[in-house]
Formats: sequence, C-alpha cells, structure tokens
Amino acid sequence: MNNAINALKALVRKDITLFFSNRRSLIITIAAPILIAAFFGNLMSPKSTKLSKVPIAVVDLDRSPLSTKITTALAADTSLDVTTPPQAEATELVRNGKLRAMVVLPAGFGSNAPKALFSRGENKNLPQIDIHYDPSQSMVLGLVRGILSQHVMEAVSQSVFGGNGFNNLAIDDLRTEIAASSTRPELKRDLGAMFDSIAKVQTQMQDPTQTQTNSGDVSKSDAGKSGGGFSLSLPFKTEAIEVTSDLDKKYNGYAQSFAGMSVQFVLFMGIDFGIALLLARRMGLWKRFRAAPISRATLLGGSILSCTLIASFVMATVFAVAMAVFGVRVEGSMAGFLGLIVAFGFLTATFGLLIAAIGQTPEATRGLAILATLLMVMLGGAWIPSFLFPEWLQTVSLAVPTRWAIDGLAAMTWRGLGIEAALKPIAVMLGFSVLFGGVAIWRFDWEE
Amino acid sequence: MQNTRQTTATQSASGLIATNLGKRYGDRQVVSNVSIAVKPGEIVGLLGPNGAGKTTTVSMICGIVEPDSGSVVIDGMDSNDGFATKQRIGLVPQDLALYENLSALQNLELFGALYGLSGDLLKSRTVEALALVGLSDRAKDKPATFSGGMKRRLNIAISMVHDPDVLILDEPTVGIDPQSRNAIFDNLETLKARGKAIIYTTHYMEEAERLCDRIVIMDHGKVIASDSLANLYKQLPASQTLEIECDRMVDLAALRNVEGVKDAVLGATPNVAPDAEPQGNQTDANVVTQTTSNIKISLNDLSTDAAKVLVWLGVHGIRVNRISSGRANLESLFLTLTGRQLRD
Repeated sequence: MNNAINALKALVRKDITLFFSNRRSLIITIAAPILIAAFFGNLMSPKSTKLSKVPIAVVDLDRSPLSTKITTALAADTSLDVTTPPQAEATELVRNGKLRAMVVLPAGFGSNAPKALFSRGENKNLPQIDIHYDPSQSMVLGLVRGILSQHVMEAVSQSVFGGNGFNNLAIDDLRTEIAASSTRPELKRDLGAMFDSIAKVQTQMQDPTQTQTNSGDVSKSDAGKSGGGFSLSLPFKTEAIEVTSDLDKKYNGYAQSFAGMSVQFVLFMGIDFGIALLLARRMGLWKRFRAAPISRATLLGGSILSCTLIASFVMATVFAVAMAVFGVRVEGSMAGFLGLIVAFGFLTATFGLLIAAIGQTPEATRGLAILATLLMVMLGGAWIPSFLFPEWLQTVSLAVPTRWAIDGLAAMTWRGLGIEAALKPIAVMLGFSVLFGGVAIWRFDWEE
Repeated sequence: MQNTRQTTATQSASGLIATNLGKRYGDRQVVSNVSIAVKPGEIVGLLGPNGAGKTTTVSMICGIVEPDSGSVVIDGMDSNDGFATKQRIGLVPQDLALYENLSALQNLELFGALYGLSGDLLKSRTVEALALVGLSDRAKDKPATFSGGMKRRLNIAISMVHDPDVLILDEPTVGIDPQSRNAIFDNLETLKARGKAIIYTTHYMEEAERLCDRIVIMDHGKVIASDSLANLYKQLPASQTLEIECDRMVDLAALRNVEGVKDAVLGATPNVAPDAEPQGNQTDANVVTQTTSNIKISLNDLSTDAAKVLVWLGVHGIRVNRISSGRANLESLFLTLTGRQLRD
C-alpha cells in the first residue's frame, strides 16, 4: 500500500513537473482562455450590450401635421438615429446596410389614421405604414416596430382627443356610418353620446379658459403643452432593474465568458492529456511503466489525479486573472465555486482518458476529439449563454456536462447563489466523470 | 495456481527461468514453447529476425504481456506471485524510455519510486546508477541536452536504479557511435561481474559474439537453437576454415583423413592447366583428384588443427604459396539454421 502511494505521488509529481517545465505551453494554456474570455466578456458586458442608436430613415409621403409630429417624435427617440432622405435614396441605403430600416408614412395617413382608431376592423382605408428592413438585421425590426407603434399611438390619440390637427369631420363621418348601419338602437345611442363627449373635450382643449375652470389640476400639470395644455401619453413608465445577488451588484459579462472559455480550454487540455497517453503507449516509457511493480489502477490513477490537479489549477488561475483584472467576483459560495472547479478538473481528466481509450492512434483521435469537445462547449453555452438557446436546445444541452459546469460557475459568480446551487452541477459532473472513467478503463487497450 | 506454486517451490535455482512460454494473438501463434534460462553473472543473447517473437518473449518475461502458457521464475519466485518478479527485473526498452524534460536525476528518482525506493536508499541508488554509466557530472542536466550515447547510458541507468537481479536489454545500442557502444559494453561487463543475469537482444552479431556466453536464436516464435557460441559453431559444417594456395596438386581424399580436418574441397581455380581437366565425376568432393592448387579446408578447431594440415602438406612436399583462415559467424549460423538472413 505504501509502495502504491509512493508510486502515485511520484507519477503525479512527474506530471506536474513536466507541466510547469514547458513554460511556453503553460503560458498558452492560461493566456488563451483569458484573451478570448476578455473579448467575449467585453461584448457581453452591460455597457456593450446596450444597443447603439439604430439608424433608420423616415419617409413622410403625407406631410400632414400628424405625420410630421410622428417623424419628430421618432427623431427625438434616444434609441433611433433618424434621417429623412427621399424614398429611393433611403431604400438604397437600407439595401447597402447603411440603414437598418426605412419607415414610410403613406399619403393620407394624417386623415385616415384617426378615423381608423374607431374603425371596426373592416375599414378599407386603414392606413399602412411600410417598414423596409435589412434582412441581416431582422432583430432590429421588432425594436423599430415597437417604437413606431408607441409614437403613432401617442400622436393619433392626442390628435383625436386633444383636438389638434384633427376636426370633427372624422366623428361626423363615423356618426353617419353608424346611423346607416344595422347596429341596435341602444348601442347607436351610446356611441352617439361618446362622440358628443369627445367633441366636447375637443372644444375644451381648443379653449384653454374652459379647461382651467373645469379641470384645473390637469392643466396645471401639463401646462405649456399644445392644445391648451393637455395631451395624452402612455399610461405607464418602466424602469429596468437587474436581478442579481444584491441590488448593488451588477451583472458582469466577464463572469459568463470566463466560465465558458475556461471550460473550453481546460477540455482542450484534457484532449492533450489523452493523446499524450496514446503517444506514451507507443514509446518505451509505456513498457517501462508496465514493467514496473505497480498496478494498472496506480498507473491510470496517477494520470487522472495529476490531470485533475493541473486542470483545476489552470481554471483557478484563469478565474484569478478574471477577478484581478476584469472585476469578476464570487458573489455566491466560495466553497461551491472551488468544488465546481475540482469537479470539472476531474471531469476533464476522465474525458481525456476516455479519448485515449476510444482512440486507436493519436493521429486518428485528435480530429475526433476536437470535434467532440467543440460540440460539448458549444452546447454547454461556452460561446453563447445557454439561456439564449431555443427551448428544445436548452433541454437537450442538459445532457452535456459542460452545460452544468458553466451554469454552476455562473451561479457561484455573478448570480451569487448559495452552495446548494453548486451541489447539483457538482454531482452531475462527478456522475459523468464516473461514466467516462468506467468506459475508459473498460475499453482501454494496454498494448499498442 | 497450486501447480504454479509447486513449480515455484521446486525451482529454487537462482537467476531467470522462463519455461514453455506461449502467446497467441487471434489465430496467430506468436510465441510457442519458448524456454530461456539465465544464470547470475551470465549474458544470454536473444537473436532472431523481425517478427521472430523476441519482443513478445521479453514482454512476457517482464510481465508486460500475460503469457497464455508457461511460467517465469526469478530466484525461485513465480511471476504470478504479485509483483515479486517485476521487482527483480530491469528492462531497457529499445526506444529511449526517459523524459527529456526531467533531469537525469529526476528520471532516476521517478522510476526508483515506482520500484518502491524512497528516502536515503533512493538517493544512494540514483547516485550509484549514474556513476555506473558515467553520468554523475550530468545528474542535474536534462536528457534533451545529452548526446545519443549519453541518453542510451541513462536509459540503462534508469533500469538499474532498483538494483535488479535480472536485466533485459532490447537492442540498447541502436543508433549510437562506437565509443558509446564500447562504454555500454563496459557497463554490461561490470554488471555481469556483479552477478546480474542479463538477456541481451540484438541484431548485431559482433555484439552478441563479444558479450554473450550463450545464444538463443528464435524464428517464427520458436527457439531453433540455444547453446554456447562454441557449441553452436560446431553444428556448422564449416565453422572454421583454411584457404591454401599450393604449388601443385593435392590429393583431397588423403587430406580429409588428416586429424581435425572435417572437409576439404576445391577452391577457386585461377590457373587450371588445360591438360588437367578433371575426368569423370572428379567434381564429386569425396573422390576428387584435385586439378588445382587452391583448396578450402574445414577444421574442427582452427587453433590446433591448422598446424596438422601444414605439417601434412610439408611431409608430402607441397609448398604453400598463400594461406588465410576464416571463422563462421552468427550470420552464417543463422543462415544455416533458418535458410534466411538475420535481417530478412
């Protein structure tokens, strides 16, 4: 027993000495994940993820007060960078990718839109605003459509109820239309009353003296606004609040990217470990090890232990740099964080051993192992956070151990969760490790 | 297992005794009934062409490959008894089996630890092993900075660090210069003098002839010859020869009756006289009446029998114009035994 432990220690010492003696490899092993994680972290950080102003064109074919008001409102929006070139030029700019979208307000929009507000859906004069967009920037379409809807509704509502730029013709048309319809008499009566009220409001809005008398509070708060000091607006406002461990703690995009990249590059190290075993099997060193009075368990155990230690060291070092330079913090459980690192180190070692067991030759194994690793890190969310995956893929990726590693590290860093959030990922990774190790030992060919 | 233990109990002789080793891979019988015994202080050469089964045999002796049949006993201990025999064997693989980026000392410490050495004992053994191969002054240097010969010597030192009783060397001098080869030979002779039982696998006949007390020749997974060099040579029809150019014709039949002469045949005939054409079946070696002065004589022992031949020629008034001697070698022995060159 003492001899076995003595041999195990010697094997581990050897691997660690060899790892640190190759300084070039050491630097690359640690620097590569840091550099790439820094890049992705910068892209994913909150400052960077705030969209820059979206460049769009507004083509106003109506030139009405209402369309002008909408154009002005769009130009004032902080999310948009609005220009108003001619339609042909704007189309060309969208096609060239210089603009993300072009909004075309059609002729007659100013008169038709207010009427359409009270239409019953079958209005043939329903105005249509065309949004021409760059198909490569389709994500912008939703943003433009949302902002456009907001400003159009605001302007049209104000026009209808505020009496600005809109006259009683629209309501008169509606009265006539309803009177001629087969609507029930009591409903016709109610609609007529509503139109009377609207007309009354419009009259009051056009005469500020009446407004002051009848609704002093409103006019006071909205003094100075057009239409006699009253206007309609969105009935709510929003405020975005990050949900992390503490309201004072902000999301750090680097925490996510460092988790992903450290997982990726440590797994690559696992491939090297497996291929080194295959290479050793070809060489006299393997014969020397096999000829020595040590068991197979000691021989493979030494390799697994040293790889676990080295992988854990690399991951811890990468995160240490992330903490020192990029402000990543273990907001959750430090014990859980360390447990995840060691568990992933063990997973890496058994993964490498599995590669050595399945691969017949180093040459044949390398390509396959890299493909398998890239799939694992991709599905694990190392490149794109898994919460951005489609729902089915999020479910599928739970079968990939790297997903648990990355989610666990995210939980212990920026999410700031307790150790209980680390236990399940650790257990899953250990389970995969046992599976990998078991298959590897079962399949390992001891002779070249 | 019980049979094995009985065998162990009865085979109390020291050294290595491998008996009836057999190994099959699929349908191919790689090694069949191979037996090798090496006594302490003896070097046994294991020869054979590629694919003869040498490496598999060595691997079975070292415990790297499990034999399908047979046993390996070292100093009375059976290879099935745990790691006892492995502990007593030092293997020098043909490939350099060392870490280029660990120092010579670290290499020795690593493999010493695998053999259960630690502390002061490990330190003293590493010092001894390095001294044996003349690398004491390079202990802290990495093999990456060594010459090929120095690496080979370190390769041997690593296998010696645990002071094994049996040393197995698989072509340890491949690709090194004559000076380093001689240094290794000196090391091996030192180890032999210390009582190590050594198996030496090689392709180089001159190495086997110089170093080995006995030779085991393998072909197609079987031992086809195993004996001392002298006895193996005796199996050859012409292991030691004299070539003599005489000033006249010699009666070969009479010459064959001289003591120590195994055979006498015609040699090259550069100056055969036209009127001396052999008649009938004169080319038959048993009845030939020589027509030339060049003859080739096979002797039992060159050192003692050559003089008898020269005396016989003198008695018969035959003058010797030129004489040369030759010895058969392992190449010719192997050729005789297998009909193939060793490196086929």
